[in-house]
Amino acid sequence: MDIKVNVREAPGDCYVVELSGEIDVYTSPKVKDAIGTLIDRGVYHLVINLEKVRYIDSTGLGVLIGGLKRVREHGGSVNLVCTNPQIKKIFDITGLVKIFGIFDSEDAAMKALV
Amino acid sequence: MNEAVERATPDLVELRIPARPEWVALARLAAATVANRLRLSIEEIEDVKLAVAEACTAVIQNDGRGEFIQLTCEALGDSLRVRLHDSGHHGLHATESPSMNFEEARIAGLGIFLIRTLMDEVSYDVHPQLGTDLLMVKRVAGRPK
Repeated sequence: MDIKVNVREAPGDCYVVELSGEIDVYTSPKVKDAIGTLIDRGVYHLVINLEKVRYIDSTGLGVLIGGLKRVREHGGSVNLVCTNPQIKKIFDITGLVKIFGIFDSEDAAMKALV
Repeated sequence: MNEAVERATPDLVELRIPARPEWVALARLAAATVANRLRLSIEEIEDVKLAVAEACTAVIQNDGRGEFIQLTCEALGDSLRVRLHDSGHHGLHATESPSMNFEEARIAGLGIFLIRTLMDEVSYDVHPQLGTDLLMVKRVAGRPK
């Protein structure tokens, strides 16, 4: 089990963090590092693409919440791309749908960045 | 397997894993495999996987943890029973761990909330000498209690 993290620059001072695999207590530090590195470099507008994520638990949610909290301190934002119904359900029951912008495509998520 | 033997042998799996992050995936997989023996939907099996992972994570992230987590999964006719034992004394009060900062405590609370939401029955027993026993039950949809 592993998580693959692919970071790429997108138009409009925005970066896309594309994740692939499973995010749990073992793999979430890798995701946290990737997001933290971008924020440390002054990137405050992020799209995190979860389309290829098969599984996420509370530690993964925690990493996303932590990232969002940090970028908001700088007037930034984090939008998510998620089409997996099971993962959407987790955002739904935890109420995180009200905190994150969740979109069906990268294009829509980038256009909606504040 | 011989049909008579198969009927006589319960679908019960016991697994003992080190209380470390790299072993949580194995606990998830074991629980999902046993859950698959019942007529649980894919969504319900995913619920079980997440609840088991959250329970393991609560043990691992708590200071009072033991070295091992003992997982027992049993497919009964109408439900899946998952028991998690560890030698720590945290119960489901991971949010009270003094070593956690505020953010970690909030996330731990999220995990416990998920367990309680995704499983049909959750109970635990904290014993000062023996550790913590967590019992989680997922019922096959439509079956009465």
